[in-house]
Amino acid sequence: MNRVVSQRMFTWTELMGFVVLAALIFVVLPMTMDVFRLNLFGKYLTYAFVALGLVLCWGAGGILSLGQGVFFGLGGYCMAMFLKLEASSPENTAIQSTPGIPDFMDWNQVTYLPWWWEPFHYLPFALVAVVLVPVALSFVIGVAMFRRRVGGVYFAIITQAIAAILTILIIGQQGYTGGVNGITDLRTMLGWDIRTDDAKVILYFVNAVLLFACLFMAHFVRRSKLGRLLIAIRDREDRVRFSGYDVANFKIFVFCLGCAFAGIGGAMFTLQVGFMSPSFVGIVPSIEMVIFCAVGGRYSIFGAVYGTLLVNWAKTALSESFPELWLFAMGALFIGVVLAFPSGVAGLYNDWIETPIRKALRRSRGPVIAEPAVQQPNPAE
Amino acid sequence: MFEGYSSSDLIAIFAMQGFAGLILFSVLVLMALGLAIIFGQMGVINMAHGEFMILGAYVTYLCSHFFANHIPALFSIYFFVAMILAFIAAGALGMMVEWLLIRHLYRRPLDTLLATWGLSLILQQTYRSVFGAREVGVTIPDWMMGSLPLTDLIEVPINGLFVMVLTFAIAVAVAILLMKSQWGKKVRAVTFNRPMAGAVGINTERVDRMTFGIGCGIAGVAGAAFTMIGSTGPSSGQLYIVDTFLVVVFGGAASLAGTIASAFSISQAQSLMEFFISGSMAKVLTLLTVVGILMLRPQGLFTLKIRN
Repeated sequence: MNRVVSQRMFTWTELMGFVVLAALIFVVLPMTMDVFRLNLFGKYLTYAFVALGLVLCWGAGGILSLGQGVFFGLGGYCMAMFLKLEASSPENTAIQSTPGIPDFMDWNQVTYLPWWWEPFHYLPFALVAVVLVPVALSFVIGVAMFRRRVGGVYFAIITQAIAAILTILIIGQQGYTGGVNGITDLRTMLGWDIRTDDAKVILYFVNAVLLFACLFMAHFVRRSKLGRLLIAIRDREDRVRFSGYDVANFKIFVFCLGCAFAGIGGAMFTLQVGFMSPSFVGIVPSIEMVIFCAVGGRYSIFGAVYGTLLVNWAKTALSESFPELWLFAMGALFIGVVLAFPSGVAGLYNDWIETPIRKALRRSRGPVIAEPAVQQPNPAE
Repeated sequence: MFEGYSSSDLIAIFAMQGFAGLILFSVLVLMALGLAIIFGQMGVINMAHGEFMILGAYVTYLCSHFFANHIPALFSIYFFVAMILAFIAAGALGMMVEWLLIRHLYRRPLDTLLATWGLSLILQQTYRSVFGAREVGVTIPDWMMGSLPLTDLIEVPINGLFVMVLTFAIAVAVAILLMKSQWGKKVRAVTFNRPMAGAVGINTERVDRMTFGIGCGIAGVAGAAFTMIGSTGPSSGQLYIVDTFLVVVFGGAASLAGTIASAFSISQAQSLMEFFISGSMAKVLTLLTVVGILMLRPQGLFTLKIRN
């Protein structure tokens, strides 16, 4: 912690981290998997966006949001609305009583397109909305909460309530949102069929590139003065406040950034999987997303990606062969990570591999993101 | 909004919805009491609270079967036995959980949230493996069936009335326990100032364990009471957990009066709105209002001054 902060953008270990992860995602996975499995891993990687946002909010900023599914879902729904409108052109929906509107609206006796669906005819609008809608909501929540110094447990519970509200709203307003089934049967994007094998491979790589862009951004944020302030806020918020910083602004920024990542992840999820439904919005998926981050290591941006891949792969493998075991395993994972490995896989890697090597080399290479020795309860809570 | 209803209809509607709201209120209070003790006094977020309730419900279910098959003569009072057993079972499990899990996490409240969520997943799957995935209901004794007609239009179901009376009794018991008993005084002493409480000879670890155990025990009783008005499945607990936390936070943690007041306002708002707009929109509006008020007044309706 007392090491002199390096002026370089990357230390060698961080650069190696990027290279290894890039090799895994861009080379190893595509080479070893068929299209079906690759698409599955592409789906996992979309959750990694959320986990990455949580590393920033929770690991660095100390803000645990239990409603990241909301922002993942909003991004996903924005994308799905565009794709759905394209799939419901008047020619495609000629058999409906009112052609040109999405099929679920027709089933629910909605005869006109709601005004807030109209702008989603245009791809640029949809792409902007994918990021802006989650950011706008998270900004409102952030301003309302952090300005009034609501944090920690209360923030977690309120974000959880927001996840519950949005899920109930989506399911209740079936005619406008597709209800519990969500928005399904998405086909093309600007005439390009997203259901073919080729499209799935291309989307996987687009997704991977976007994930790396977000990883670089997260890395940059953490390297910057802002990142170091966030850690200071996490460890001793009042001291940072007394030093003259407006703590709320930093928290709002990082929360919005995390939610923007989640929105991008959601949009890529919709593109790769071909539908979006409330089952990715609610409380249960939101908490699962926290565990992806916790397993990988809440202080490590790479940990978020590895943790997400690991947990999801284990989930798929386990629930294929032993469906009952999965919930036990998941429960044990939650308890185990919290009790035994609070800094997750990345922490294990640091303690058992990186540090011994570093000691052996007797050279210190740049700063280490500080982990709190003891988490102090925040007096503001 | 009110066209087409005569004034006597409206009074009847409000009375019936108000009564339905009172049942919901009892349910919320029962769930929130245990949570308020655990969260308010200890600062632990117990996401497995719903599963402790379900344990109480399953104990009642087993009890009703046992009485029906072996001592049918006493079937009409099996519920009271079940309630005591539910308290003991959930309380014992709670104390075990505190010893195994919670006591390691007192300084990390957000981590108790994750750990107890894991616990809730494990408990859910255990219930599913033992009792099956389907919802189970218990046979209600005869004296609890039917309803009391108050006027031609207004009827009051007896099981709802029973749950309300039970809630009242439990709330009073908890208040007396916390305010008057030796244990309650110790709990409050530990909450106010842990090192000082330890210094004057209070075994804070034991107090913590008892507090957690009693909080979970009350959840068990709440689960037992639930079986009188609905059926129970392995994942029913999760449905209520957000509402319950909102009730506790909205009321102001560590304040029993606040918990009761917030449960009352939430349930009445929900129930009255439900008649005029769809149930899901009523729920959305209620939750939104609560979240909005919490943003303006983060400390909740009633606050207790606590030294940090």
